[in-house]
Amino acid sequence: MEGTIPLTYYIIISAILFSMGALGVLIRRNALIIFMSIELMLNGANLAFVAFARNYHVITGQIFVFFVMTVAAAEVAVGLALIVAIFRSKNSIDVDQMSSLKG
Amino acid sequence: MENSGLFSLVPLIVFLPVLGLLTNIIFGQKLNEKAIGIIASTASGLVFVVSLLLGYGLLASGGHEQLVPLADWIQIGNLSIPWQFRVDTLSVTMMLVVSGVGTLIHIYAIGYMHEDVRFKNDTKRYARFFVFMNLFIAMMMILVSGDSYLMLFVGWEGVGLCSFLLIGFWYEMDTLARPSWANSNAAKKAFIANRIGDFGFLLAAFTMFWYFGSLQFGEVFASAEAIAASQPGVIMAITLFMLIGVTGKSAQIPLFVWLPDAMAGPTPVSALIHAATMVTAGVYLVARSWSLFNLVPEAQYIVALVGAFTALFSATIAVGQYDIKKVLAYSTISQLGFMVAAVGMGAYVACMFHLVVHAFFKALLFLSAGSVILGMERGHHHLPHHASGDGHSEEVFDPGDMRNMGGLRKQMPVTFWVYMIGALALAGIFPFAGFWSKDEILLDAARNHTLIYILLALAAFLTAFYMGRQIWMVFFGKARHEAADHAEESPKVITVPLMVLAGLSILGGALNLPYLENLGHWLEHSIEAVVEHGAEIQGYLAISWGGLNPVVALISTLVALVAIFLSWLLYGRRTLAKGEDDPLRKLLGPIYKVFENKYWVDEIYNAVFVNRFVDLAGFLAEKVDWDFWHDWLHDSVIARFFRWFTKFLANPIDLGIIDAISNGLANITQRSSNALRKVQNGFVRSYALSVLMGMVLILGYLLLK
Repeated sequence: MEGTIPLTYYIIISAILFSMGALGVLIRRNALIIFMSIELMLNGANLAFVAFARNYHVITGQIFVFFVMTVAAAEVAVGLALIVAIFRSKNSIDVDQMSSLKG
Repeated sequence: MENSGLFSLVPLIVFLPVLGLLTNIIFGQKLNEKAIGIIASTASGLVFVVSLLLGYGLLASGGHEQLVPLADWIQIGNLSIPWQFRVDTLSVTMMLVVSGVGTLIHIYAIGYMHEDVRFKNDTKRYARFFVFMNLFIAMMMILVSGDSYLMLFVGWEGVGLCSFLLIGFWYEMDTLARPSWANSNAAKKAFIANRIGDFGFLLAAFTMFWYFGSLQFGEVFASAEAIAASQPGVIMAITLFMLIGVTGKSAQIPLFVWLPDAMAGPTPVSALIHAATMVTAGVYLVARSWSLFNLVPEAQYIVALVGAFTALFSATIAVGQYDIKKVLAYSTISQLGFMVAAVGMGAYVACMFHLVVHAFFKALLFLSAGSVILGMERGHHHLPHHASGDGHSEEVFDPGDMRNMGGLRKQMPVTFWVYMIGALALAGIFPFAGFWSKDEILLDAARNHTLIYILLALAAFLTAFYMGRQIWMVFFGKARHEAADHAEESPKVITVPLMVLAGLSILGGALNLPYLENLGHWLEHSIEAVVEHGAEIQGYLAISWGGLNPVVALISTLVALVAIFLSWLLYGRRTLAKGEDDPLRKLLGPIYKVFENKYWVDEIYNAVFVNRFVDLAGFLAEKVDWDFWHDWLHDSVIARFFRWFTKFLANPIDLGIIDAISNGLANITQRSSNALRKVQNGFVRSYALSVLMGMVLILGYLLLK
């Protein structure tokens, strides 16, 4: 299959996406941004799934991606609702302020 | 066996009185006195009816013994002891006497206890009395109807218990004349003296079991002869051990001391248990074991000697007593001595004859004495100082003391006449019942053992004398106490049983008249009447008018008449004045003092046995229990060791090890949680970082392994 982009490139982009997402989750304090970063991580993983699936001609990876997207959509629905609820009580969506359960 | 249906009634003789007593236990406090008395008397009366039916059944079936099994009792290895009734002429005779006399006494007690519980201010005790009386009837029936020595022993102990309960009936009732401890002590004395006798009985039973392997009458008697041939000492030991039991239950020397004290119980008790029925259990035991006793003439002779000595010994004591019931008590011991002597001589028929007849006239005498006592109490109740005010006067009045009586003939005519009949029967005057039975015993004694004859004849002399003395003192002359002047005759419920018993005392001799010998033929089915009439009976003793020897009969009648005449000379010709001393004291001097003080037997027993026992008990309590056991062993040894041991357990073990483990666990947990709580800082991002680090670590491990 000439003319196609080698697998390694996909993996590298997938890793970059995942790392950006992880970095975003770790260093940002805005809950919305953290959510978006999580989406980045998920999509990084999705990209890896799809790349491997295509490379090895296995349908499983592609199907799994649909599941991940579905779960992500559900997660966003729940997560956004949570964020709205938190904002209502605290007037902020800074995750560092939500530390009342600390030991 | 066309009469087997009749014999299957026999368990009723035990269960009817049990039913009666259960009724009175359950409903006794709600029923009135009349109902209680009627229930108890009916139970006893029905037993008499059943006994009559059994007797009829025996007559109809030729008198052969009937064994009626009721239940299995003990089954161990080869030993098998069922609860089995033995209906034969001997046991039915006893049943008839016990239930017949017992029923009359129950009826009498309805009246007697009615007044007794009022004189002593405790009417609640009325029902209890009849419960005990019915229990006694049941136990006595177990005793006489059992088919083994063990069953007999159950009844033997049961009647002992009833005796204890009834002697101590007023166990916490203080009266002016009698403190409560005297009653309870009398009960204990009776029980303990009987226990000593029972020990002998038990030894006999154990020996029997060891050598015969059985306690059933039939099996024991069947193999007795074989054992006697191979081991002659065994039967001797068994019979002598039994004799110890007999001396306890039938109040013979040396264990007779309990019976005079047993008069502490209400008078119907004295009549039923301590004169007519229970005390004859020992005699019944020997009569029942006749086939053992017949094998060892030496033991028989010892039994006869014990009986004869007791007869004379207690007759002398009776001469010196002032309490109306005490005289009768010693008289009972004396008459039991007659029976034991008779049974020892192998004169079983004469013995059973005397037993039955004695039950009639001695019950009569006791019940009449009770009537006299009640009359005196009523008289005392009517005295002006008694009625006027402060309850009891300061004077201590003993209604049973003959020195307070006198002239009661006029106040209590019925009691006087029945007492007279009883006394004549006891003295052995023709034609009263005692004449026939006593004469048979005396004849057997005269033919076999001269020594025993002399002892018994002397006892018969004294018997007539002390009965004469009693009659003169109680019923003749002038009242020596105002109470006797005001005495009143007892009600019908009391006098009617007395009249019935008086009739029996007159006619009782008909049980075994010469030529007829009805009782003899009746008992033949149970006892082979073998009186060894020596090798040769010479001279006048050989004369026999159908079993009656006119010479012996004449001698004993003369002896009795002389004795009564003597008593008239001393007490009747000029009756005692108030406060006057007994004329015998002047006549006999120190000997009378011996009689009056009962040979100091109680004092000797106290000094030799009782006080030693009390000393021992004191030593055990003070030294062994308190000093050694409590102070030293408990306090010093056990408590101190325990204290040290608990300290050891508490400090090094509990605190040092067990607590340390749990405390250490708690400390570790606390410390580690203190350290770990810092990890939970509440920042979501730091958790996320640790998740990431963890994943990196796991992945790194998986990649690099």
